[in-house]
Amino acid sequence: MYRWGMVIDLDRCTGCQACVIACRQENNIPFAGERNARLGRAKFWMNVIYEVKGSYPDVKIRALPIPCMHCDHPPCTKVCPVEATYKNPEGIVAQIYSRCIGVRMCISNCPYTVRYFNWYAPSWPEEYKRGLNPDVYRRRKGITEKCNFCIQRIRRAKERAKKENRRIREGDVVPACVETCPSEALYFGDLNDPRSLVSRLSKSRRAFRLMEDLGTEPKVYYLKEGEWDDGE
Amino acid sequence: MMENEIIARRHSRILSPLTHAGWPFWVTVIPLALLFLWSFFAFGWQYERGLGVTGMGHPMSWTFYLVNFVFFIGISHAGALVSAVLRITHARWGPPFGRAAEAVTVFALAAGPTNILFDLGRSVRFYWVALHAQFKSPLLWDFTCIMTYFAVSSIFLYVLMVPDIALLRDYLPGRKWLYRPLSLGWAGTEKQWHTLGKVIGFLCIAVIPIAVSVHTVVSWVFGMQTQPMWHSTIFAPYFVTGAIFSGIAVIIIVTIVLRKVYHLEEYLTPYHFNNMGLLLLTFTLLWAYFTFVEHLVVAYGGDSHELVVLWSKLSGRYAPLFWAMVVLCFVIPFPILAFKRNIPGLLISSVCIVIGMWIERFTIIIPSLSEPRLFYARGAYMPTWVEWSMTAGLFSGFTLAFVLFSKFFPVISIWELEKERKETPP
Repeated sequence: MYRWGMVIDLDRCTGCQACVIACRQENNIPFAGERNARLGRAKFWMNVIYEVKGSYPDVKIRALPIPCMHCDHPPCTKVCPVEATYKNPEGIVAQIYSRCIGVRMCISNCPYTVRYFNWYAPSWPEEYKRGLNPDVYRRRKGITEKCNFCIQRIRRAKERAKKENRRIREGDVVPACVETCPSEALYFGDLNDPRSLVSRLSKSRRAFRLMEDLGTEPKVYYLKEGEWDDGE
Repeated sequence: MMENEIIARRHSRILSPLTHAGWPFWVTVIPLALLFLWSFFAFGWQYERGLGVTGMGHPMSWTFYLVNFVFFIGISHAGALVSAVLRITHARWGPPFGRAAEAVTVFALAAGPTNILFDLGRSVRFYWVALHAQFKSPLLWDFTCIMTYFAVSSIFLYVLMVPDIALLRDYLPGRKWLYRPLSLGWAGTEKQWHTLGKVIGFLCIAVIPIAVSVHTVVSWVFGMQTQPMWHSTIFAPYFVTGAIFSGIAVIIIVTIVLRKVYHLEEYLTPYHFNNMGLLLLTFTLLWAYFTFVEHLVVAYGGDSHELVVLWSKLSGRYAPLFWAMVVLCFVIPFPILAFKRNIPGLLISSVCIVIGMWIERFTIIIPSLSEPRLFYARGAYMPTWVEWSMTAGLFSGFTLAFVLFSKFFPVISIWELEKERKETPP
């Protein structure tokens, strides 16, 4: 059994937001528009948040990419009254769009606030529509959605592997954000495979996870910035 | 038959609203009905366009509708607790409040869960909660408890009305089509009274744990979540106390209005209201105690995520609402209820408490959502005309239901007054 996980090297992340754009493109995430964005209705399955310290000219900015953490003990799945979200056998916290009735309890119980709701029916500019991904469902209004580690790519890799009668190899599955990252700060792979890059990196001394004290056991690991930061 | 005639004549004041409707009735009912219908338009608008027409967003995804939900479910506790407890303890001053309290329960229970319907992204699929039940979800517990409570309290209201409906069946032949089927062939025989007594005894006992369970699980919708300041062990008793508190206040308002409009001064006397005021005073103190404990523990505990929410309530963005709640729920009503339990005093404190308790629900739900653990998702919430319309529609629908109820059924239980009259030596 696979156990998908992601590693984000904060030393390499430049905060360029290419992952955000790639995710949007891959997963048919519509634009919110300025007014709705101000109300917090913009959807970022992959989001980059910034911490700005100091003021000009002595500014220090840190970037933190935040996808869904795909917790091993997800607080969001157990509160759903209709079981529209669940942790699949490979550890991905998935959303069943056709089952979701839009209660939004999963949204309020997610400590990482990475679940998003469709406040309106999705819409795109006409010229943009030809670029939509045919592999991904365009979510209707009134349901919740979230990052699913590009599950459509995992499925495709599985089909290919099955045809060739083998397991998925390292590098067969690459989510859109990982594929696009120009500084190669993101890694994706099978945490169950002790030789995979992600499972080795997740055991690194630099590795940490967000809000580990909550006991949610996320499968997204961060590598903190390097030693040369010390003594500053 | 003759006896019924005498009883009806004796209580003509209770029965006269059933046969007479003057201009005050229409002046009340027409605006309420218009507001109620308007909320249907607002709901249609929201249903057609999506929940985006409200002021909700991310992370403020549970707002006005949830506040109204908790508020109305809270009010619904009045009926069960007040009328059942007073019956079990044979409180002499209880009977005149019973019918009003039971009706408030049923209508509040109709109004409360409707908010969940408004709040759902796909409202027409609400029954999936039963169809695809996921037993770990507090919302399913809610659904179960509320439906049980609604069923039991409707039966409670109805069973306690059967002898009165039989009286009306004989007294108002013009409405036989309504009262004859509802009276279930009540003839007042020895055996029927015996059965009625047994059924009421059972319902009184059954309705109390059900009522307590309802607000317990309503509190767990929040308490079971990991959000700062929701994840509290005293939420269940805190919510139940607040529920009974606001419920009693609503009963007092309703009965004072009925007394004035329908001239029921001889049934609802200052003696009755004094006792009700004492009950309300008890719950004022209980509420203040719970509020104090809840906030002090958080402040002393010093968890940084919880402190952010606490300070936003005590001195931040939500401070005006928080302190308004304290003033309305405690500072104003406490001295009035302690020293001056007359009818105007009770009316003032009850109105304050009802408004204060609505604000309490707001300050419990909204600040926690607006300050989640991660610093990037911060929200401000301002309701739009849709939410205001739905809220207005709910309150007017609730009032309208009560007004119409009072035109078809006596608002004070006649047979219980008669029973008491027979038992007390002249």
